[in-house]
Amino acid sequence: MPFIPHTEDDVSAMLTVIGVASIDDLFDEIPAGLNVAGLPRVGPGLSEAEIARLMTERADGDGRELCFAGAGAYDHYIPAAVWEIATRGEYYSAYTPYQAEASQGTLQLIYEFQSMMAGLTGLDVANASLYDGATAFAEACLMAVRANRASRSRRVLTTRAMSPAYRDVARSILGGQGVELVELPLTDGLTALDAFGAEDGDFAALAIQQPNFLGRLEAVDQLTDWAQARKMLVIGVCHPTMLALLKPPGAWGQAGADIACGEGQPLGIPLSSGGPYFGYLTCRLPLVRQMPGRVVGRTVDLDGRPGFTLTLQAREQHIRRSRATSNICTNQGLMVTAATIYMSLLGAEGLRRVAAQCHANTRALVTALTGLPGVVLAFRPFCHEAVLQFDCPVAPLLEGLSRQGILGGYDLSEDYPELGQALLVCATEMRSAADIERYAVVLKGLMTAPLRAQGG
Amino acid sequence: MKTEPVIFEYSRPGRRAPSHAPAEAAGPGDLPAAVLRTDPPALPEVSELQAVRHFTRLSQLNFSIDTHFYPLGSCTMKYNPRACNRLAMLPGFLGRHPLGAVERGQGFLACMHELQEMLKAVTGMPGVSLTPMAGAQGELAGVAMIRAYHRARGDGARRVVIVPDAAHGTNPATAVMCGFEVREIPTDPSGDVDLEALRSAVGPDTAGIMLTNPSTLGVFERRIGEIAAIVHGVGGLLYYDGANLNAILGRALPAAMGFDVVHINLHKTFSTPHGGGGPGAGVVAVTQRLEPFLPVPMVTCEAGRYRWLTGRERPQSIGRLSAFMGNAGILLRAYVYMRMLGGEGMRRVSGFATLNANYLMAKLRESGFEIAFPGRRASHEFIVSLKGLSRETGVTAMDFAKALLDHGYHAPTTYFPLLVPECLLIEPTETESREELDGFVAALVAIRDLARRDPAQVKAAPLTTPVRRLDDVRAARDLDLTWQSKRPATGGA
Amino acid sequence: MAAIPGELKYTKDHEWVRPEEGGSVVVGITDHAQQQLGELVFVELPDAGRTVAAAEACAVVESVKAASDVYAPLAGTVIGVNDALDAEPGLVNRSPYGEGWLFRMQPAPGGLAGLLDAAAYQQILEQEG
Repeated sequence: MPFIPHTEDDVSAMLTVIGVASIDDLFDEIPAGLNVAGLPRVGPGLSEAEIARLMTERADGDGRELCFAGAGAYDHYIPAAVWEIATRGEYYSAYTPYQAEASQGTLQLIYEFQSMMAGLTGLDVANASLYDGATAFAEACLMAVRANRASRSRRVLTTRAMSPAYRDVARSILGGQGVELVELPLTDGLTALDAFGAEDGDFAALAIQQPNFLGRLEAVDQLTDWAQARKMLVIGVCHPTMLALLKPPGAWGQAGADIACGEGQPLGIPLSSGGPYFGYLTCRLPLVRQMPGRVVGRTVDLDGRPGFTLTLQAREQHIRRSRATSNICTNQGLMVTAATIYMSLLGAEGLRRVAAQCHANTRALVTALTGLPGVVLAFRPFCHEAVLQFDCPVAPLLEGLSRQGILGGYDLSEDYPELGQALLVCATEMRSAADIERYAVVLKGLMTAPLRAQGG
Repeated sequence: MKTEPVIFEYSRPGRRAPSHAPAEAAGPGDLPAAVLRTDPPALPEVSELQAVRHFTRLSQLNFSIDTHFYPLGSCTMKYNPRACNRLAMLPGFLGRHPLGAVERGQGFLACMHELQEMLKAVTGMPGVSLTPMAGAQGELAGVAMIRAYHRARGDGARRVVIVPDAAHGTNPATAVMCGFEVREIPTDPSGDVDLEALRSAVGPDTAGIMLTNPSTLGVFERRIGEIAAIVHGVGGLLYYDGANLNAILGRALPAAMGFDVVHINLHKTFSTPHGGGGPGAGVVAVTQRLEPFLPVPMVTCEAGRYRWLTGRERPQSIGRLSAFMGNAGILLRAYVYMRMLGGEGMRRVSGFATLNANYLMAKLRESGFEIAFPGRRASHEFIVSLKGLSRETGVTAMDFAKALLDHGYHAPTTYFPLLVPECLLIEPTETESREELDGFVAALVAIRDLARRDPAQVKAAPLTTPVRRLDDVRAARDLDLTWQSKRPATGGA
Repeated sequence: MAAIPGELKYTKDHEWVRPEEGGSVVVGITDHAQQQLGELVFVELPDAGRTVAAAEACAVVESVKAASDVYAPLAGTVIGVNDALDAEPGLVNRSPYGEGWLFRMQPAPGGLAGLLDAAAYQQILEQEG
């Protein structure tokens, strides 16, 4: 029997101790009408060799496209040591570190993670992570509404250049609490303030993405000062790798952003069809008690030795129940383990090189593709990702590229129809000059013979 | 035992592990100076060996299922098969961008579709969405669907969600996050919901009730049929918290009990790793009337081709809950596990989980421990109350928990459920052997004997762990949440 | 045994109220309440100037094991808070009726009606057992 150690002798001895005749007798409190005889629709069990064969066939069939898409998930190199260590059983099969004395490994690692994320974002404190970038954004909005005592507003201002997926997810989560998300319009791919007037009223926070979803660098200093002058808190949503290169949210404007959050996936987490990833969230110290999720603190034990423990737990759901800061229990512990190892191996200089190389590669990609007739760059300058505009529909081109094993980017026509036939592209440090050349050659073929490519 | 230094203490300026980053440092190119960082972020500068050694040593400071019996009630700490991890981490799965073409993800999508179908069989419900990324998010999705359902019928008066006092803290927290008021109802002395209290709590303002069955008290809610009739009778819906699904897998279906929506913690019942606190997966299943409201995306199969159903095709959906499609890699692990078990294997899971719990309960009762609900059959878990012993010796449930660590066992859940004073909630799971259970009983007996003889010794535990009891008050008062290089080194003891 | 000074007024939610000259009142939590909570690690106080209804949650006292709301014992306006608790939340444990006071209020007219005297509060504690 898979994973069950009992011998027949064990079973009969155990039943005797309990005083019943069979295992089925142990379910005698389930009312008769509710019993089912089994789960025939699930089918028979497979041996490890059989399931391994099936999964290998399916994974091989999926193949891996040459990836020029970003849009929230990025194809970075992951050092071998990261997952070799992260999947050690002592990390992989441990529970949430509630019993601190038996969980010092996980706890210390989270403390190191918090330190690294605070450093990257230039803020004081970090939590132990949230589900993903989108939910971290939603939680940051809720946190700002709770924390902003100068404004009792239940509205958060963001921009049309915030990831559309993040805005969607935030609306799913904020709606229940009557918190509203309002979007500033864009000019030239950048958040525009000129349309905003006093009649637009009060907001708890302004949330800005840097670089924004369209690969543009927002005027974060001006936006931060503008918002804080209006008693809003400022939430910076940042790509963590790019923070090795870019000004951290804690240094935006005169006073710095109040909260930073984002998607942690670039820090050593595989693309894996969209998850599991992790969201990070950092903030200034005075806001720490409004921060959702788990937090680890360093303290001392009975003998005065340093040790680590979960702290600020009184605000969490398992104690405060209906008045908790959030219903969240999870931190994406395994992902945080990987990310902490990743950041330790790369260090500040390694991470900066990755960021700079990504930007350089995307520039090379843009140069190669805009060399084709009918392709133009929508906005300049850009950072890490760029919007290209085409004189023909994008979807058939992406299909043609996919048939040649290339993921050509993210089609923006649904989320940003105002940009026309537009594609968001990204080339990480993983893409070579030859990869970029190949993309350009295949695309050129598709654009010059679109009908043949359709039929092919 | 020696404490492991914080990684920053190994750091020296200029020390690097350069094979992991591009060899040549590209400049910032055309990026304007005003947007650039002026000083590098405070990350450690260590060699690869230093990092590997540090994180390996840290791992060795943990208890885990792979190293220790971990009878944590309500958490289902069963063996996490290694095959699930390896097969979910095949390069074809790991390398797939979430926005990649569905034609190049048919293998992955086939697994997801079959997982949806298996979960329908397990719950008896016709609709499943895999996107919620944890139990609490599954709850959020479930309660949001209840809200959307009432609203779609034009019924805005239903403001109240009923929650038994034995519920997980997430239940009331979730109801509030979805904009509801929480009305708590008591439990009767035998551990079932107090039906009279329920009858007087329901009314035209009832949106629904959130229940776990078997409950967090480790007993099956025998009058679930009546509860369903009462709640449905006033137009409310029933939410099933799947935390304890391991107890009834293949034996009773939530749909047949009268539930309208259920979330399942794949990291409990279907053995995906707890990972030191996550990631989990909190998939949701619903009856027909809630199907239109399921969170997107979902996998559909048309003429042998798999694809995502998105919000456009599901206009009444409560929307998206993750940037992409949830914790795909965790879903793959659960898929592998479920295929390895098959239908018969799933039924064995609940059978042996229940056998182990009832055996352990019988042995502890025999040894003189007070069982919280002695007249009841244990589900896959049960509660020991140390109230009497605590009054007699001053040794608390927390002291017991810490003393167990010295015996090489992870502590059971303590002080939950809140209803039973000085409680231990014990869940052995099906993957533990009889010898392991017997050893655990012997340890509890030894601790109790010591508590009677020399309570101070028990209160001093643990002594064999990397640290002794920690000063929680200091941790919360003098917050030290990030490393500051100016602090003195922690070093050894 | 928890101290219950005879000159103060109380609520069933374990707050005390001390009327001052000029009609304002000082509010804190009782000795019993601080014993139940254990060592406090943080106190969140309302902003001065805030108008509160009677029984409205307006402060939070947080220990390692619980975060409890403190309810306004009467309707009125918050006119001052005990800033010393920021740095030293343990004052509430050490001196619940003295240095550990929470905030000062100007009650709305008729505000003090409905508060308990020491004997009535004592009785509530005995009932709670």
